[in-house]
Amino acid sequence: MDINMTILGQAVAFAIFVAFCMKFVWPPLTTAMRERTEKIAQGLQSADQAEKDLELAKEKAAETLREAKQQAAALVEQANKRANQMVEEAKDQARAEGERLKEAAQAEVEQELNRAKENLRAQVATLSVAGAEKILGKSVDQSAHNEMLEQLASEL
Amino acid sequence: MAAGSSSEYIKHHLTNLAFGQHPDGSWGFAHSASEAAAMGFMKIHVDSLAWSIGLGILFLLLFRMAAKRATSGVPGGLQNFVEVVVEFVDSQVRDGFHGRSKMIAPLSLTVFCWIFLMNLMDLIPVDWIPHLFYLSGVEYMKIVPTTDPNITLGMSLSVFALIIICSIKVKGLGGFVIGDLALHPFNHPNIFVKMLLIPVNLILETINLIAKPISLGLRLFGNMYAGEMIFILIALLPWFIQWTLSVPWAIFHILVITLQAFVFMVLTIVYLSAAYEDHDVDH
Repeated sequence: MDINMTILGQAVAFAIFVAFCMKFVWPPLTTAMRERTEKIAQGLQSADQAEKDLELAKEKAAETLREAKQQAAALVEQANKRANQMVEEAKDQARAEGERLKEAAQAEVEQELNRAKENLRAQVATLSVAGAEKILGKSVDQSAHNEMLEQLASEL
Repeated sequence: MAAGSSSEYIKHHLTNLAFGQHPDGSWGFAHSASEAAAMGFMKIHVDSLAWSIGLGILFLLLFRMAAKRATSGVPGGLQNFVEVVVEFVDSQVRDGFHGRSKMIAPLSLTVFCWIFLMNLMDLIPVDWIPHLFYLSGVEYMKIVPTTDPNITLGMSLSVFALIIICSIKVKGLGGFVIGDLALHPFNHPNIFVKMLLIPVNLILETINLIAKPISLGLRLFGNMYAGEMIFILIALLPWFIQWTLSVPWAIFHILVITLQAFVFMVLTIVYLSAAYEDHDVDH
């Protein structure tokens, strides 16, 4: 085996190359790789986060929709109730009004009847006096027979 | 091909282009294997070192380009590729190394990519580039740096130096020598037995320690050298049957070069991890 100064030359070259690699090759490469790893990790994480957010948003949307539906249902029910109530009220009012009108009409009829009775009674008195006069041939003293006449009239 | 020319061909392919001090004191290229041998330690394998440094620079340029344009956004093609490699090395470091060090991961990346590129030269047909250089007047050209033990041992000894430095930095000189070398693997509460065990421990652990860089460097060298040798032997066959052997071997070798680069990296991580660990905590 032929050992000579080449061994020293190779050792020196080796040392220089390792030093160069250590200073100018290794650090930038590993830094770039580490940064990319971090970037990818971040990307994955934010993708996860986005997925979670989406899930949350979906849930929230569903919740809101459900609430809105409930509210709408409540409103409709309320409106229905109110409408029924209004109809009932209107019916009651109408009934009361009818009742009132009927009563008023009855009162008027009664009044008319009484008035007619009064008139009739008066006319009966007059007529009966006239009749009696004719029958008796003389005038009837109204004041003398007033009592009788009134009795007659009241019998009518 | 005659036996003589075959062995010459093989020898030629296994000879490095050496630049060094001739025995007479002058500096210059060795023009034959015997001239190179005469230079002894005072020479440099220009081809190994040039290809090694060239491939290291290629690796650093490529990765530096990706690092400059690195964004945390959508990565491009080059960045994607580079990030796959970085991620792979980083996961290996995280699995094997539990200490805290800013150097270990870039070191592992450099080791893996650089050795992989150097091994990859093995897949270029053995004659192409040497022949080009031969035509332009350069006699020897070995283009796979990891088939040169100087290159692999240069790296493994650097790792060894790091092991020693890290051990001493983490545990202190005393902690390293006493804790790692003297009281490990055998220890005993009885002080007398302990004293008796220390020399045994020292011998075992020192051998263990020194075996690390040697095995690290020689494993890579051996694998690549053997692979290269087989490619050369295949190249000696008649040209019309070469492909029946060289193609399967090259495909198999893709696995070997990747595996060897990986093994070198993982062992580097494991050794340095052990250097960072405190044995006192374990026991």
